[in-house]
Amino acid sequence: MRATFVPATLLWLVVAYSVAWAQLAVEEVADGIYVHAGRHELMSRDNRGDIANVGFVVGREAIAVVDTGGSVAVGRGLLAAVRSVTDLPVRYVINTHMHPDHVFGNAAFIAEEPHVVGHAKLPRALAARGTHYLAANRDLLGEELIAEVEIIVPDTLVEGTRTIDLGGRVLQLKAWPTAHTDNDLTIFDEKTATLFAGDLVFLGHVPVIDGSLLGWQKVMAELSAIPAVRVVPGHGPATAPWPQAIVAQQVYLERLTGDIRDIIHRGGTISEAAEQAGRSERDQWELFDEFNARSATAAFSELEWE
Amino acid sequence: MTARGGKHRALASVMALVVSVGLTGVALAQSPAKEDPWPGLVVDVFDGKAMMESSDIIALTAPTRAEDAAIVPMTISLSPPDGRTVKKVTLVIDENPAPVAAIFELGENAEIAEISTRVRVNAYTNVHAVAELDDGSLHMTAAFVKASGGCSAPATKDADEALANLGKMKFRQLGQKQDQPANMTPLREAQLLMRHPNNSGLQMDQLTRLYIPPRFIQDLKIMQGDEMILRVEGGISISEDPNFRFTFRPGDAKTFRVEAVDTDNAKFTAEWPVEETGS
Repeated sequence: MRATFVPATLLWLVVAYSVAWAQLAVEEVADGIYVHAGRHELMSRDNRGDIANVGFVVGREAIAVVDTGGSVAVGRGLLAAVRSVTDLPVRYVINTHMHPDHVFGNAAFIAEEPHVVGHAKLPRALAARGTHYLAANRDLLGEELIAEVEIIVPDTLVEGTRTIDLGGRVLQLKAWPTAHTDNDLTIFDEKTATLFAGDLVFLGHVPVIDGSLLGWQKVMAELSAIPAVRVVPGHGPATAPWPQAIVAQQVYLERLTGDIRDIIHRGGTISEAAEQAGRSERDQWELFDEFNARSATAAFSELEWE
Repeated sequence: MTARGGKHRALASVMALVVSVGLTGVALAQSPAKEDPWPGLVVDVFDGKAMMESSDIIALTAPTRAEDAAIVPMTISLSPPDGRTVKKVTLVIDENPAPVAAIFELGENAEIAEISTRVRVNAYTNVHAVAELDDGSLHMTAAFVKASGGCSAPATKDADEALANLGKMKFRQLGQKQDQPANMTPLREAQLLMRHPNNSGLQMDQLTRLYIPPRFIQDLKIMQGDEMILRVEGGISISEDPNFRFTFRPGDAKTFRVEAVDTDNAKFTAEWPVEETGS
């Protein structure tokens, strides 16, 4: 018994070590801008919640991290990626919005003592949803991964616009009216004209409505006008040319709006909308079956007030 | 909430249960399904009265798997036997912290054949719809819904907008039902939409660690002139922005009127002219 016990312990340590320290693979999408593209999957123990795009910007004096992933393990992996590139301090952790796949990794950065930055409505959103997110994801991520998660409220709030300077590197932050959520924030890097759009832009992964369908369409018009040459979407490839990257999403949201308005107009029900709306877009998007019906339900309850 | 008698006492006692359960709300929602709560609910809610399982008289349409546990559409269809009318329909979501989702009181002459609404479903559960006929007999049907967390799911997508619009109502007159016998006033369909958070009291504010207090529509009356079409005694299992769609036999009065009261005793009223429909 003793002979088999020791290797098992070592094996566990090796596994634990590699799970804890697995560095995220990042791509340098522009000078000093690194992005890790998350998987297009639902949160799970296997993927450790690594299902959203996360990244960081390197200035002369400091680093800004944009979103931290769906678990503290992913957050640690991102920090490890930062350290593989630079020793500069992480001065800012910027959350683009409240969703777990973007904020659950925040606790990995506590030791860096960063400013945690978010939309002015993010604290209220986290207050309202934090408990629910922890409970809902406990089964998906498993006890070990969820136990580490802390809901960390931003200390630096953005209402309108705000700039931060990483040392010869200015980032423009903008808080948007309700679109994907009611607390969406984008980050524009002046140096490389790169836009971190958070979940205001989805590519490949079906867009998810958790705010306002109509609001999102209004926001997209203004977003397209931002003079970025590339975008880092919240879900999709690490980077894509801008503004072309937004077109597919515009088509999807317009299709959803049109289908739902038709259903409402002919007296159809919310259940019919869940089944039928947006279906013509099904082949264009990953995770369509997982999310479209729910977005259609949300959009129906919004549009039936028109 | 004033305790009245019978069913209302049951509702009040179930609400008292909610308060104590609510403090461990999340934990309870996670616990595995143990014994079937339905027999206990038959006693608490229906005084243990015998009920017939009658899917010809009452049918329930619900999704097997809900897309969003906080907005689960349900439709109750009614076909009472000749000479009988349905007086009341009780919708029960067995595993919810407050299982009695709604008690619908049907207007005497309204001939309501269908009622649809949206509910919160907190755990995988049986849903029962029980119709009481004018002869006092109870008829029941059931469906199973897979959903979880609806009662503690966060409320509104846009908190500022919700506050600004609290109590706002919309009444959609959806026209006549098709294939009606020519000699009668045709059945029509309408839908009441209302803006209200319908807070369950089971959502916790993460920062203060306090529960967001319950505030929900308790009583809602839909009338044509002075005649009641439908009355809803609601609870926390009705989704945010209560929504009721129904078919009915219209009367002669020229105005629809809705009166609603929530648990903060806020009253909301609105009126709309009856629209003449085309064919």
